[in-house]
Amino acid sequence: MALDKNGIAKRIAQELRDGWYVNLGIGIPTLVANYIPEGIEVEFQSENGVLGMGAFPFEGEEDADLINAGKQTITTRPGASFFDSATSFAMIRGQHVQLTVLGAMEVSQNGDIANWKIPGKMVKGMGGAMDLVASAENIIVAMIHSNKAGVSKILKECTLPLTGVGCVKKVVTELAVMEIKGGKFHLIERAPGVTIEEIKSKTEGELVIPDNVPEMVL
Amino acid sequence: MNKEVKNVEEALVGIKDDMTIMLGGFGLCGIPENSIGQLVKLGVKNLTCISNNAGVDDFGLGLLLQSKQIKKMISSYVGENDEFERQMLSGELEVDLIPQGSLAERCRAGGAGIPAFFTPAGYGTEVAEGKEVREYNGKPHILETALTADFAIVKAWKGDTEGNLIYKATARNFNPMMATAGKITIAEVEELVPAGELDPNEIHTPGIFVQRIFKGEKFEKRIEQRTVRQK
Repeated sequence: MALDKNGIAKRIAQELRDGWYVNLGIGIPTLVANYIPEGIEVEFQSENGVLGMGAFPFEGEEDADLINAGKQTITTRPGASFFDSATSFAMIRGQHVQLTVLGAMEVSQNGDIANWKIPGKMVKGMGGAMDLVASAENIIVAMIHSNKAGVSKILKECTLPLTGVGCVKKVVTELAVMEIKGGKFHLIERAPGVTIEEIKSKTEGELVIPDNVPEMVL
Repeated sequence: MNKEVKNVEEALVGIKDDMTIMLGGFGLCGIPENSIGQLVKLGVKNLTCISNNAGVDDFGLGLLLQSKQIKKMISSYVGENDEFERQMLSGELEVDLIPQGSLAERCRAGGAGIPAFFTPAGYGTEVAEGKEVREYNGKPHILETALTADFAIVKAWKGDTEGNLIYKATARNFNPMMATAGKITIAEVEELVPAGELDPNEIHTPGIFVQRIFKGEKFEKRIEQRTVRQK
């Protein structure tokens, strides 16, 4: 069965490593914070200016001056710090953040990503996404494999305006985990009960399928 | 040097049509809401506003959009504002969308006397169109230029009569860089104290960058996405 949003977040959380500073984008990536594997310590950076983000506040304890990049009210953990936006992007561009997880509307087999604009229809802006993808060593995209009409978003080439080029290393969807290497998608794992045929049929980009594709263990 | 002015009316004297104004804040967090209200009252038009976001329909910079006082917005993310999207898609509003880190650094550069810098952000995208590209450390970078403004309006938590500022939590965001990049910088603060009461070790923005400071009359501090958990 295809994963739900929490399932995708849970699978991505398995990529976290002890001691990492991690930036989580808006949407599914934010959920990753709920599934930190036991025994490891990570710190979450939010590009609006906080390191050491904690859980959402208890009702009545919200502080309008304390939000994350998704403009949600948050709390901080012991050892947290606040900083201005230039310092925040110094952390990001300077590669002091070890992992970036973000959403996408499309990704291509050479690692391009599009997630900020649909010409003539929707223009939200790129926010910090272009800075994040241009600099991060390790970028994981959390996304849905195909749209509601069944059209693949895992493409040979992106059709939408790009956010970054050749930057995505790994994609986790409701169906599969794929790595991007040498201009191709490589199928690493499939969601429990999902067939390779289904993944193939919903992937427009070139997909390398090894003999053995294990199911995700969630 | 005493930078204190009586109120928001006095603070915004000199802001005229066609000027470029920087406004601090991220979303509705840390925005100079008293000054925005005064800009609406003044009715100044054809403004170019540099601000990470454009508020929401009925708060923050959204108020200046409703009254059609903004000619051009320079921002990184404008997703929560229907009126903004409508004006942009219809061509009424000129919009320059730039990556958030580049926006922050362009303001920082403007205040720091750095005319331009190279950044990897936006390479290979629309943002890079018409910009010089250079390779450093085997990676392509694009040339971004500094931003300055006729007026920068920032919001701080505490300030003193010398113009020294302390921000609270994530309400800091773009305020410190913008404070450095205005020909005239106006600070509206929640608490204004006499010089000497703030600990110099804790100042975020030194008073040299601030020309006028006043205590805001009222801070609504609206929350955009109230997210809570149950006890």
